[in-house]
Amino acid sequence: MMNQEKLKAWIDSGTPWIWLNATAVSICLIMVVGVLGLVAIRGTSHFWPGKVMQMVYKNDDNSAPKTLIGEHIDTSLMSVAMAKANGHVMAENEDKLVQFLMKTGNRDLTGSDFGWILERNSKNITYPKELVVIERREWGNFYGNLLSLKENGNVIAEGDALWNKVNEKLTTSLAIFEEIKKLEKKEIGAVNYSLERLRLQEKSLQLKNQLTADKEKEISAEREILNTEYKKFQAQLTELYQKGRTISVVAKIDNGSELEIPLSKIVRIYQPNSMSVIDDIGFYFTKFSEFLTDDPRESNTEGGIFPAIFGTIMMVIMMSIIVTPFGVIAAVYLKEYAKQGVITRTIRIAVNNLAGVPSIVYGVFGLGFFVYILGGNIDQLFFPEAAPAPVFGTPGLLWASITLALLTLPVVIVSTEEGLSRIPKSIREGSLALGATKFETLWQTILPMASPSMMTGLILAVARAAGEVAPLMLVGVVKLAPTLPLDGNFPFLHLDRKFMHLGFHIYDVGFQSPNVEAARPLVYATSLLLVAVILVLNLSAIIIRNRLREKYRALEG
Amino acid sequence: MINQEPLTHALNMNSYINNDFNNTDEVKEVCIQVKDLNLYYGDKQALYNVNMDILKKKVTAYIGPSGCGKSTLLRCINRMNDLVDSVRIDGEILLDNQNINDKNLNVSALRRRVGMVFQKPNPFPKTIFENVAYGLRIQGINDKRLLAETVENALRGAALWDEMKDRLNDNALGMSGGQQQRLVIARAIAIEPEVLLLDEPASALDPISTLKIEELINELKEKYTIVIVTHNMQQAARVSDYTAFMYMGELIEMGATSDLFTNPQKKQTEDYITGRYG
Repeated sequence: MMNQEKLKAWIDSGTPWIWLNATAVSICLIMVVGVLGLVAIRGTSHFWPGKVMQMVYKNDDNSAPKTLIGEHIDTSLMSVAMAKANGHVMAENEDKLVQFLMKTGNRDLTGSDFGWILERNSKNITYPKELVVIERREWGNFYGNLLSLKENGNVIAEGDALWNKVNEKLTTSLAIFEEIKKLEKKEIGAVNYSLERLRLQEKSLQLKNQLTADKEKEISAEREILNTEYKKFQAQLTELYQKGRTISVVAKIDNGSELEIPLSKIVRIYQPNSMSVIDDIGFYFTKFSEFLTDDPRESNTEGGIFPAIFGTIMMVIMMSIIVTPFGVIAAVYLKEYAKQGVITRTIRIAVNNLAGVPSIVYGVFGLGFFVYILGGNIDQLFFPEAAPAPVFGTPGLLWASITLALLTLPVVIVSTEEGLSRIPKSIREGSLALGATKFETLWQTILPMASPSMMTGLILAVARAAGEVAPLMLVGVVKLAPTLPLDGNFPFLHLDRKFMHLGFHIYDVGFQSPNVEAARPLVYATSLLLVAVILVLNLSAIIIRNRLREKYRALEG
Repeated sequence: MINQEPLTHALNMNSYINNDFNNTDEVKEVCIQVKDLNLYYGDKQALYNVNMDILKKKVTAYIGPSGCGKSTLLRCINRMNDLVDSVRIDGEILLDNQNINDKNLNVSALRRRVGMVFQKPNPFPKTIFENVAYGLRIQGINDKRLLAETVENALRGAALWDEMKDRLNDNALGMSGGQQQRLVIARAIAIEPEVLLLDEPASALDPISTLKIEELINELKEKYTIVIVTHNMQQAARVSDYTAFMYMGELIEMGATSDLFTNPQKKQTEDYITGRYG
């Protein structure tokens, strides 16, 4: 009896309820921290230079022992039963089978750059200081020993002097590479762009039957200039390429095969085992900044993801520019001008329900309506000279932004309406009583006061849009975009271009990559970056909102 | 008299009453004329056949129990009731012989002539200066010197200049309730209306702020025709020249304030001012 009463008193006191609430909050917190922690740790540890092992490895099948060089990536334990089921012979005293995942690189010579080995078969593990890792532009990493440096087939360095000489020559080679890239992207890109415009201009005149002899002459003169320019750059380029190709390093891998790698194909050479902690840290930040600022290489499994970051931010900004005015105007009409009745209520319910439509449906709509119908007609009307190549009749940044704007429109409408209805009646009356019209009241007082709510809507819209992938796959995102949507060629902002996106990049690298092991850490790193981008976008919006809130602090009560 | 008490009570009040309506030499000019005004909220009638004359540069007070229609009547004078969807108004209100219930009337222009101050102070979330300049800016006046001059005059008119002259660029929401209410009055007089409607302007304020508002009303009537709605009979007695008593949507009695309080003609008026109901 006593206990029952006590229990009842305890329940009535609300203590269990408080505990329940606290538990729910704790679980949420743990999950959030867990997700962010996992992504952050896996994503950032990828760039740390791993030490390279050298070992004598002897297979179970009594073949001759061989040398194995590689980076230890992961360890997995297998129970005896599992090991036996997998065909491993287990000794009496073994209670588990330990396997190492090794990154051995040299894909061009061995066929794969990752492999599982058994711990019990690896002997004499050492970390020789002279082992090098070569990051290449093709074929992934190289692991092995440097033998010599050759110029035009003649050895120019060997032995002790080799390492310094290689580094010295590599610096020159990287500078040449930068020059080539700049030449290709900037100068030659600009010339190509101008040539294309010229071609379109000519074709356009032709279509309109305005291509007079004078015009034709003018155009071909211009083309002549551009072609000369192009040839000049081309010659420069060829020269640079040749210069880059003359020097190469000769190196040996663990199975003894030798390989000659031209310096022009090398991104970086380092000796991980002779690097101090400070070197490691320096290396880490170099790699990380490369990840942030470089273009991707090797079907997105190496290099950076700058185009994806840029594309994501561009798309979100474009979307915000489209959705905010549109949503606000719609909300003002619904709240302030429309007669509040059945029709308005129905519209409001419909708008709210739009938020629940699966995003892929928006993607399908975007492709069917915006891209094919709108874009197709725009092409017919304004770009007949480009046919059969589409300009706007193909997925691109503009359509992706509009599709996402449509997707996030309900959020902006709903929160703007909420903001408008929160403004005290007395403020409206005060303004009207001073002789302001409804329109003046709206512009001078109501809309500024509702602006924090509009920002809230925008924050929610940005959060949703930046993370959306499914519809983008239909309306403009690609695995690899050759050019950014913003560049130095008139009109600078190219809304018709396809773009890269962090969310899609995660999907592509994680699930469409031929090299799963190499791609996995990048999935985490890219996820981390996507979260960071959304965070930065949101934080800036929140800061703006809080400023506005402070400014338009509504009347108390 | 059956009941002596109310009379003495009212007589006591008499000492507060401003005497200038006794000056019979002054020409009494009618500013607003309400003629057979009926007002309906949907099916419900809120005002019944109201007829009244409001004199120029006098203070007219509406008193009556809650829900008697005094605020509704007040809000008819600057067409504030237009904001209510279901409202329907019959009858005429003549402001300088012009019917303001005319459908073609420019309501904004009317509201510039008939300013209004509400029960709760409602400054805009802007600076003090911008609050007072609001009505002028709406009219497209952006000349800096003119604005500064008008704002100063309006603030002086609302007895706020000395307190606020160094804080013109502060947010108006940082002021006290009483200051906010005087700011709202300044905002209203900045556009130089002819009539000021005050809807229980002191009901949300403390006694000292109330006193200041009342003093202000006394000064403002030099320039403006003032109509004030109040719950507080002493306040009506203190500030008004004429008082109208309303009950259940009807105008029961109207007269010079001293007469109405000392010598009510109607039983309902007497009951109300003696505190039997309301």
